[in-house]
Amino acid sequence: MLTRIEWDWEPGSREIADISKWQTQFNWVEEPCVSPNGEQVAAIVNLAEGEFNVCVNGKTWETVFDKIWHLRFAPDGRPVAFVSDTGEWTVAVDGRTWTHKFGYVWDMMFSPDGQNIAVAVQQDMAYGMALNDVIWKKTYSNLTNPTLSPDGSSTAATVQVADFGEGEIYKFQKGVFSVALDGQTWDTAFVNVWKSAISADGQKLAAEVRLNLYDYTIAVNGTPWSQTFDCVWEPIFHPQNNAVIAPVRSGGKWLLAQDGQIVWDRNFVQLWHPMVSPDGNTLAAIVAPKYGRWTVAVNGRPWSVTFKDQLSEAVFSPDGKRVAASAKSDGRWTIVADGVVWKNRFDRVWPPIFSPSGETLAAKIERNGRYSIAVNDHIWDQVFDAVWDPVFSPEGDKILLRTLNNDRYVRHVVPVEEILH
Amino acid sequence: MAEAARKEEKKIIDEGLDVGVQNLTEERIEKVITRVLKGESGARLKAYIETCVHCGLCSEACHYYLSHDKDPQYSPVGKVKQTLWKMLKAKGKVSAEFIKDASEIASTQCNVCKRCAMYCPFGIDIAYMMLTVRRICHLLGVTPLYIQDTAHSHAVTMNQMWVKDDEWIDTLQWQEEEAQAEIPTLRIPLEKEGADIMYSVIGPEPKFQAQLLYQAAVIMDVAGVDWTMPATPGWDNSDMAMYTGDNEIMGRVKRAHFETAARLRVNRIVMGECGHAFRSVYDMGNRWLGWRMPPIPIVHAIDFYYELIKNKKITITEKFKEPVTLHDPCNVIRGGGLAEKARFVINAICEQLIEMHPNREHNYCCCAGGGVINCGPPYKMTRMDGNRIKAEQLFAAKSRGAKILIAPCHNCHSGLEDINHHYGLGYEVKFISDILYDVIEKPS
Repeated sequence: MLTRIEWDWEPGSREIADISKWQTQFNWVEEPCVSPNGEQVAAIVNLAEGEFNVCVNGKTWETVFDKIWHLRFAPDGRPVAFVSDTGEWTVAVDGRTWTHKFGYVWDMMFSPDGQNIAVAVQQDMAYGMALNDVIWKKTYSNLTNPTLSPDGSSTAATVQVADFGEGEIYKFQKGVFSVALDGQTWDTAFVNVWKSAISADGQKLAAEVRLNLYDYTIAVNGTPWSQTFDCVWEPIFHPQNNAVIAPVRSGGKWLLAQDGQIVWDRNFVQLWHPMVSPDGNTLAAIVAPKYGRWTVAVNGRPWSVTFKDQLSEAVFSPDGKRVAASAKSDGRWTIVADGVVWKNRFDRVWPPIFSPSGETLAAKIERNGRYSIAVNDHIWDQVFDAVWDPVFSPEGDKILLRTLNNDRYVRHVVPVEEILH
Repeated sequence: MAEAARKEEKKIIDEGLDVGVQNLTEERIEKVITRVLKGESGARLKAYIETCVHCGLCSEACHYYLSHDKDPQYSPVGKVKQTLWKMLKAKGKVSAEFIKDASEIASTQCNVCKRCAMYCPFGIDIAYMMLTVRRICHLLGVTPLYIQDTAHSHAVTMNQMWVKDDEWIDTLQWQEEEAQAEIPTLRIPLEKEGADIMYSVIGPEPKFQAQLLYQAAVIMDVAGVDWTMPATPGWDNSDMAMYTGDNEIMGRVKRAHFETAARLRVNRIVMGECGHAFRSVYDMGNRWLGWRMPPIPIVHAIDFYYELIKNKKITITEKFKEPVTLHDPCNVIRGGGLAEKARFVINAICEQLIEMHPNREHNYCCCAGGGVINCGPPYKMTRMDGNRIKAEQLFAAKSRGAKILIAPCHNCHSGLEDINHHYGLGYEVKFISDILYDVIEKPS
């Protein structure tokens, strides 16, 4: 795998594939996906009834499958898909299938370096997870909310640990759900367990739990916080000190808690998606400071600008000094960074991406059914049928753009200055 | 209002109520009632309570009241009097047995259809008050068993029918394969990020009405819609937790729904023919989460079919011949204002629409919605006896020639099937999509 610095950053455009040619070769070509470095474009293709393959840069995999779905490129550039052969499902990586076969396989997850691939699996109605073709030793009668540790070495999911029949509400309310880390459950069972998170060192597992129909809290390694709340949202781990941070609801308002203690001095109509800056010094979250108005709060202080419809995908800059998000009011999208709103409005905008230094902010945008990118509120003058998220060069002075026009997939490297002027 | 007549003695056995009350203490009851009435309901409930002049004009709106020979106990105000008013008057000092009765009244003798709000001179939303009673009963653990089980399903799976994560995807792929026998290139695009539309359905569709997924896929394919369906929880727009008063689970389910659509970056969510789900995504669930309106525009199936026909995205080859009548579901007609669009669609695909009377926002409820049918078999006769007026309304339309009953809502559909059989009306009950699928031009 080439690291980002080793990618081709020479400015210019290079056609990688003409997908229209694929369309003459196959019955149909499904939605294309592209590799992170832009050098590959791939799609699931149908050859005949019940015959599917993956086409990468015009070349198909060696094996034909009776069904393929969820084709994605791993961060290391390997194409990965769920494939079915004579009714058995497995994972195919670069055309090679895992040894294990399953009744079904879904929820594909990658580690940031792409080396670890995790999936949820079901065989004979027994549920578990598999990581790089290694299956949990223990299986369960149901599994939800699968997750992968930050380094991709561990998997976890909510699992059902006791049976209950239809209408057995009191058995359910005694608690029949737990969470399994690499297949091993906590000793404690809860009425509900929802999303969980694994600490960076892999030593801790935290999950949002319901103790009875009314009391919610966060459990860490099986032990609930001593404080209970009217509701909670999913926890995160502080990347440096392993503290557990989660939104909690009390008295009809949302607050932010860390290890069970309220850490922000004000409440919100809504508070979710907390995040810690990469340097660990700043805590931010998406909040509704008042009913029907959305913004970002940084260290408990909401930006003065708010949005009516939606605010999503808040991100920190790599140095942790800036925060940006995509936001929508009256059906029109824009980008907001550090509380300052871009002047441009779009039909749709995708999550903003900071340059390595944090000085430049780029996002994929849509206007009138055509796609482009905007950088620091400047819209690039070229439009396409499809665009993937922009990628900054390690120095942040160039942007890799992956575009599709008239079925021609082209890889561009564009100096940031060219877009800004 | 008139003095209450004596209700017939009923012996409904419901473990959700019978066992639930065994765990109650007077202290707990008082605490929960106080919490809800003072801490959660606030000014809205206070305004309703203080505004109501007990005139009883809401009575004529209620199908239970009309079907029980105008027994005042079944009137909307009568139901408030038997539940909320007594809680208020006693300042929460009521008995466990009272809570059990209140739960049964609020959960099974009111469909929260809001017809009565139109008859109230002040527009008091009595449905809200019944939902407040349900909220109290939820917090006390006294909720009918079947709907409580459904709320548990929502809590675990984010869908109504205990459909497991893999079963959902597998069902979509099965229906895609089935439909490819008819249209070989048809696809149900899963997880297509950036599609125009996310199509959302309710739990019963993958569980036992998979043909509706098939029909939707054909309609989408024929119309050339850029659409997708998620391969994760969040696909189900339904919400029985909304009707048990478990607002926290309602919010969790709606958050999963909207965040799934946001993750897929779609412009709109188109939903199938479901009424209560519309209420949940358009009114109650989104608002509990802090959104004044849905963060992503919601388009009900009626509105979507209207758009497809109006914009000539689909062609009607030959109209459906048998005379139809249309049941107007409360949540999308009274609540969503789609009455005329529904008629546009029906007239575009059917040769003859015979209106039932009353109709549009004045239509009588199906008696299934509001979670009542989800309270299960113990209450089937509550629904049948409580909706004789609907049978009479349907019979009148039948006597004028209607043969097919169109009900563009899942709960209405199921409830009207029961009414149809119980009263021997002889209708065939259909969704709009059943007919639309039949009459549109498809690739040969």
